[in-house]
Amino acid sequence: MSAEGVSGLRGKRILIAKPGLDGHDVGAKVIALALRDAGADVIYTGLRKSPGYIARVAVDEDVDAVGLSILSGSHLELVAETLEELALKGANDVVLLVGGTIPAEDREALRALGVKGVFTSDMQLTDVVAAVMDALR
Amino acid sequence: MSIAPSIEYAAETGELPGVGSTVPSGIEVPVVATRDLCRDPEPPAPGVFPFTRGIFPDGYRGRLWTVRQYSGFGTAEDTNARYRFLLEQGQTGLSVALDLPTQCGYDPVDKMARPEIGKVGVSLSSLAEMEILFEGIDLTRISTSFTINGTAAIVLAMYVACADKQGAARAKLTGTIQNDILKEYVARGTWIWPVRPSMRLIADSVLFANDATPRFNPISIAGAHVRDAGCTAAEEMAYTLANGLAYVDELIRRGGEAERFAKRLSFFFYVHMDLFEEVAKFRAARRIWARIMKERYGVADPKAQMFRFGVVCGGSSLVAPQPYNNAVRVTVETLAAVMGGAQSIFTCAYDEPFQIPTEFSAELALRTQQIVAYESGVARTVDPLGGSFYVEWLTDRMEDKILALMQEVADHGGAVKAIEDGWLQSKVAHRAARRKREIDSGEFPVVGLNRFAREDQSQAPGEVFRLDPQARSRVLEKYAALRERRDNAAVEKTLARLRRAARDDHENLMPYLVDCCHAYATVGEMVQRLTAEWGEFKEPVRL
Repeated sequence: MSAEGVSGLRGKRILIAKPGLDGHDVGAKVIALALRDAGADVIYTGLRKSPGYIARVAVDEDVDAVGLSILSGSHLELVAETLEELALKGANDVVLLVGGTIPAEDREALRALGVKGVFTSDMQLTDVVAAVMDALR
Repeated sequence: MSIAPSIEYAAETGELPGVGSTVPSGIEVPVVATRDLCRDPEPPAPGVFPFTRGIFPDGYRGRLWTVRQYSGFGTAEDTNARYRFLLEQGQTGLSVALDLPTQCGYDPVDKMARPEIGKVGVSLSSLAEMEILFEGIDLTRISTSFTINGTAAIVLAMYVACADKQGAARAKLTGTIQNDILKEYVARGTWIWPVRPSMRLIADSVLFANDATPRFNPISIAGAHVRDAGCTAAEEMAYTLANGLAYVDELIRRGGEAERFAKRLSFFFYVHMDLFEEVAKFRAARRIWARIMKERYGVADPKAQMFRFGVVCGGSSLVAPQPYNNAVRVTVETLAAVMGGAQSIFTCAYDEPFQIPTEFSAELALRTQQIVAYESGVARTVDPLGGSFYVEWLTDRMEDKILALMQEVADHGGAVKAIEDGWLQSKVAHRAARRKREIDSGEFPVVGLNRFAREDQSQAPGEVFRLDPQARSRVLEKYAALRERRDNAAVEKTLARLRRAARDDHENLMPYLVDCCHAYATVGEMVQRLTAEWGEFKEPVRL
């Protein structure tokens, strides 16, 4: 990992969350560990959380970013709901990131909704960390 | 240990990346294997204890493995059409993929369920839907596999009820239901209840099936998911066998006889790309399981000592860049599965890393198996690699490695405890992180991803799968209609009886679940009654 990667996220608080029913949490945990290695304070929700719950934790924990992990194909619905819940709680400034099995043609749609970064499993961890740093700059 | 000189030279000069000197489970491999390196260069014949060379004396001569493609999406009608297509194309078993609401026990109307309806499998909220799923398919003539765990007992009850409705004899049903909750806590995440009542429900379903559906495998103890989560082949096998022992202990606790139920235990694994390591993994596991069943549990019937398994080829070994390469990977993995002696094979489609397979990619995956089966000749003789110095040596080493890892779990207090306190989950997460770093660094080679990738290479998936956007509304309409037309008072009665039985540890819950299914109670309703008694699993979240 680059020198920047080691501490580039120091002081940042990031919530890694699993919305919906998808139980594949390896990616979420790998990313959580990588972000922690890069200096961030990382909170992981565990499985099967509703968008309302995730938004509440985001507000309570005063995080800078929320990373949603979705591999079931329900990303468009779950992202829209999470953004709504964040807005309802006045947390529009929280940066939303999404990772998982996201078909190429859905990436633009997610960005249009307000997602600041979309990540897939073939990306290098150093690139993911760099992109998160960019999104939080 | 050194690698072959020409490769070493090439690696130094950068002309060709090195092939490495260890298999992914971390075993150093000799440049040349010889007889004197093997503990047992000539293991007993196939069909003879400890079954290193296979459980059947005639291998695939007597009967080919079951060709079983995992499939299911949208509504029961959509999936029924895909099944009929696959059966017409020569598939010999069905494998039902269920959507997440069905797997996690939510009815389609639940707020948590709505975004996921019909996404990763078919929506099956009640017997009414299963009747549509198998319309025109005679359940006595087809072997059906269900990848379901949290709600497995319910789906098994539903399958039995569906056979009753078709007029098919329960005793003639064949197939497998995954019903392996332990690995769900570790890797796949479709748990509902705490570990102990979940173990009880599994024991109930296995003991019920031994009597009611004696040709049906009521559990398939699965390593595929921890493997996909980043474990090595040796870890996959060790953790799965450790889970298997936990089920054996629970079944005995609930009054089962190992001599009888062990004949119907089956296993399920991934096959990844290291061909000989995979073959050795299966050969070693047959030997380990047979010895444990015989020596620890005193099982005498060879059928109850046999380690029977299905496999899936692909999974996390497939990648999105240069997607057609995946078809080649699946071919190599299929060869490993066959030479490892698998009883059923599911070959992933090349587009699995990024979408539900299309009819085109699903057919290519099916043809891959058929080409290996009928053109390669590899199935002609039993255990064609038996007696190979390398394979026998590697089988010994894998056996040692697997046993050592099993001992680690035992030292931690066994699989149930290792899972309840999150020890195993944490181990797997760290292993996954390491695997990801190895792939990122190129240490673990993946062609098209970290080797031989091109700037301008194709990421195009070919044909794109599109789920019928109307599927969700049709599922919701059918669900509402069912609740209108069924006898709701009768449903409530069966559900109340189920809940009462759940309180009593001496009851077998299966007959109650079958009654609920016959009355057209929904999956969500049955789950809620059991949750009211048992509570929910509290996930030990730790990184």
